Amino acid sequence: MADTMQFDLVSPERRLLSGQAKAVRIPGADGDMTAMPDHAPTVTTLRPGVLTVEMDGGEEKFAVTGGFAQISAEGTTVLAEEALPLGEVTSEFLSERVAKAEKARDEAEGDAIDSAAKLVSDLVAMGDEIGIPASSRAPAP
Amino acid sequence: MPNLKDLKNRINSVKSTRKITQAMQMVAAAKLRRAEEQAEAARPYAERFNAVMSELAQSVGDSDSAPKLLSGTGSDQTHLLVVMTAERGLCGGFNSSIVKLARYQANKLIAAGKTVKILTVGKKGREQLRRDLGDHLIGHVDLSDVKRLGYADAQRIAEDVLSRFDAGEFDVAKIYYSVFESVISQKPTEKQIIPATFDAPEGEADDASTVYDYEPGEEEILADLLPRGVATQIFSALLENAASEQGARMSAMDNATRNAGDMIERLTIEFNRTRQAVITNELIEIISGAEAL
Repeated sequence: MADTMQFDLVSPERRLLSGQAKAVRIPGADGDMTAMPDHAPTVTTLRPGVLTVEMDGGEEKFAVTGGFAQISAEGTTVLAEEALPLGEVTSEFLSERVAKAEKARDEAEGDAIDSAAKLVSDLVAMGDEIGIPASSRAPAP
Repeated sequence: MPNLKDLKNRINSVKSTRKITQAMQMVAAAKLRRAEEQAEAARPYAERFNAVMSELAQSVGDSDSAPKLLSGTGSDQTHLLVVMTAERGLCGGFNSSIVKLARYQANKLIAAGKTVKILTVGKKGREQLRRDLGDHLIGHVDLSDVKRLGYADAQRIAEDVLSRFDAGEFDVAKIYYSVFESVISQKPTEKQIIPATFDAPEGEADDASTVYDYEPGEEEILADLLPRGVATQIFSALLENAASEQGARMSAMDNATRNAGDMIERLTIEFNRTRQAVITNELIEIISGAEAL
């Protein structure tokens, strides 16, 4: 069994990472999952969260706000709507997203309320995880 | 006989025109490189996206519960044409050829008794369409203060289109833009975005046997991804368009620079002839004056 697989992280604007990875932890919509070489072929949507890629040189972490991942035996591709290296996430970036999600939640009707509320809490949880808790966030512009 | 001073003035004015067109050509060349890079960078995402979507669409497509974005509303009475053009002129036939294609299709649809609605992106297309299809314009997206196209711009347009679709304003949506083939060739193109169509990826036919697990379900994923697909397609169309615009401008300005050069040459020859004629005239006057003495 190969111990690495091809991994690509692409956003609509650019390719962020491409290389051999040992394991990838993906924030799936139904829960986190770890993709390793020879994983069963899976397609999953993403929730806002932290994507961790284990490579030979160490770990790389990215904040993603949504999108989907395609996992197959040969490799894994994450197509993120927005993806940023964890170090580049600013509190303004996060506040803006949270404000937008909160607005969508307040305007949502029926079934949509639940999913919009989940989006908000996912974003807040992501902020906590990367060390930008709600209390220290800059106010949304 | 043309006045020497007038000729001199004309030569100078053509020279400064040539300087401007030359500068514009160089600016367009630099922007073209950037636009091409951007289009190149966006390609992996669009390709992967289409590959996954076409697989999903195949497996869900035929069921009754397929989302409307994929299967359509069941009617094709009202068409929305999204016409993407540039914000600026001076780029040869770039804007006109997109508008021409859109206008041709719009007239064809109108003749067939369909309702046509037009959403314009970019100022130049709206100006040209307002003349004869003004009643069909329902909206306009202004990108003139966008310096660097981002995915967010495409999302804005997609949200606009999707909210109109949800409100039942149209059944079929098509985008009109220019595909960048090379600096001298840009092809105006029509692409249907709603109901969604996905080009099956080339050379991956053997991969089709891979059966994927979908998490959550296939239909949830599809419902989540289809709106993104609209944004993705609009984004790649915008990028293609940006590259085409700069390419068209570059070759238009190249032509203009050459024409200005030719004109300067002609005017200079005329100027020299006139100058010689004036000198000859003066000499004749002096000589005949001396002879008369």
